[in-house]
Amino acid sequence: MDPDEAREWVRKNKQREYISKLMSPSEAVQKFIKDSSYVAFGGFGHVRVSIVIIHEIIRQNVKNLIYAAKTAVHDIDLLIAAGCVSRVEVAYAFGHELRGLSPAGRRAVETGEVEVVSEWSNAAFEWRFKAAAMGLPFLPARVIAGTDTFKKSSSKIIRDPFSNKPIVLIPACYPDVAVIHVHRADIYGNAQILGHTIMDFELARAAKRLIITTEEVVPTEEIRRQPYQTTIPFFLVDAVVEQPFGSHPGNMPYIYAFDEEHFAEYLSLTKTREGTLQYLQKYIYGVEDFWGYLERIGGYRKLKYLMDLEKKRTEPIYPWVE
Amino acid sequence: MLTTYSPVEMMVAAAARILEDKKIVFVGTGMPIIASIVAKRLYCPNLLIIFEAGGIDPLLDRLTVSVGSSYTIDRAIMATSMDYVMSLAQRGYIDYGFLGAAQIDRYGNINTTVIGDWRRPKVRLPGSGGANDVGSLSWKTITIMRQDKLRFVDRVDYVTTPGYLNGPGSRERTGLPINTGPYRVVTQIGVYGFHPETKEMMLLALYPNTTLKDVQENSSFKIIVPEKVEVLDPPTIEELKVMREIDPAGIIIPRR
Repeated sequence: MDPDEAREWVRKNKQREYISKLMSPSEAVQKFIKDSSYVAFGGFGHVRVSIVIIHEIIRQNVKNLIYAAKTAVHDIDLLIAAGCVSRVEVAYAFGHELRGLSPAGRRAVETGEVEVVSEWSNAAFEWRFKAAAMGLPFLPARVIAGTDTFKKSSSKIIRDPFSNKPIVLIPACYPDVAVIHVHRADIYGNAQILGHTIMDFELARAAKRLIITTEEVVPTEEIRRQPYQTTIPFFLVDAVVEQPFGSHPGNMPYIYAFDEEHFAEYLSLTKTREGTLQYLQKYIYGVEDFWGYLERIGGYRKLKYLMDLEKKRTEPIYPWVE
Repeated sequence: MLTTYSPVEMMVAAAARILEDKKIVFVGTGMPIIASIVAKRLYCPNLLIIFEAGGIDPLLDRLTVSVGSSYTIDRAIMATSMDYVMSLAQRGYIDYGFLGAAQIDRYGNINTTVIGDWRRPKVRLPGSGGANDVGSLSWKTITIMRQDKLRFVDRVDYVTTPGYLNGPGSRERTGLPINTGPYRVVTQIGVYGFHPETKEMMLLALYPNTTLKDVQENSSFKIIVPEKVEVLDPPTIEELKVMREIDPAGIIIPRR
């Protein structure tokens, strides 16, 4: 996207007014995530990631998404398992970190159902968002040079006009929609992330549309009491969705830990197509909304356990260890 | 129970002994985390551990499933961003980068993207993640991985992370920061470095139960063998104890 075009888009489409953007997950997806949208999810694939919106995309059967896999883990894998993604730009995908490779994602790429259109490194993807956040066409960087990752990206290499040394130019990335899960936000979208921000400080400004999902909605006075905690100001935001435990089975720093039992079930079921369907039926198609899902994964008893785990009151278990 | 040890434990101990005190290490998923914690506990109390998602110097008492989880900011000195820590690396603050790999070649080039053809892969792997950045920007890169003929290959199927690319001078010619590159490769057979002139992989040390024959039998390219090859001590009781403490579930360190 041309930076002037991107500026013009902001001028025309971004609300500067204090109006409530509070809506349901289903409204947010209907309004902002279309077939063939280029989407990016904040967080770290299974850490502080908006699984609530992932579920809703699947339930609404949005198709042919182009996915920014800038450390994508459970987010992209669910979408691929449900057939919502057709193309991927990859820094990290099709894996579950220490849990191993993701059967659903791997199968889709190896059979050609999902096409990998480009490769990046994490820093390269982050700096694509940073370039966009700064309203620039690209950023110079000293990563990916000399590798196949460079060749499969759309980066260029030029001579630095100041030093005459080679330097990589990383093109800006302006996603159609970004979805970022946060600890707290007000109804206007002022959002606070506790802990590491990963790529979200940049991603929030790079994206055209921005959906915030939040563990809790708080009054604006609460935000104004600690403005230094604000990662995202309201005028970047198009939708605010309140969903406690919205990152489950992912980790939400300071609130709840990974649900490794659930991951084990997911990774085991998705080894086959039948199992994948069974998972989607049980946990997504077969429930009305994310509250229904939270009941199905074990309800309050399970959620209390995950909160205790995050506080290190109990030892984690890893049922996927062979 | 602690008098015997597994190949993985030997690898982790060998890797932990490479790291230095008062330095900064940027760690990848899995074995690099365990080895760095062992090093910090036993040998370099002032080793500073950095994670790609923005965790700086957490007080780790457990292996973490993710390099972006709560553990990576647990009692840390800073919880920041990918941009911040990657910029630190580009600025020259990272002494050691510490990675895993699926395939490696004689120049230390690493593949974690695909086995087979990129368009229609036999096995699709996760891709670079932060590995390319760590391998591009750290002063010294350590790789820890299993060694066999399919992993130590003449040409990697895909260069995800740069080693010495095509040999001496090629990193600099392509614009990567000068004086950086692969430093050590740790496998279940031994510890390797890179020849100062040719930049080809070179054996540095064996373990008590591995031989020169194992080295070559488990590599598709010829590994340089210098006149003097060290034999490392087996894992100490303390090293084994720390490994089991931080990985009580046996995710990396197998239970017996």
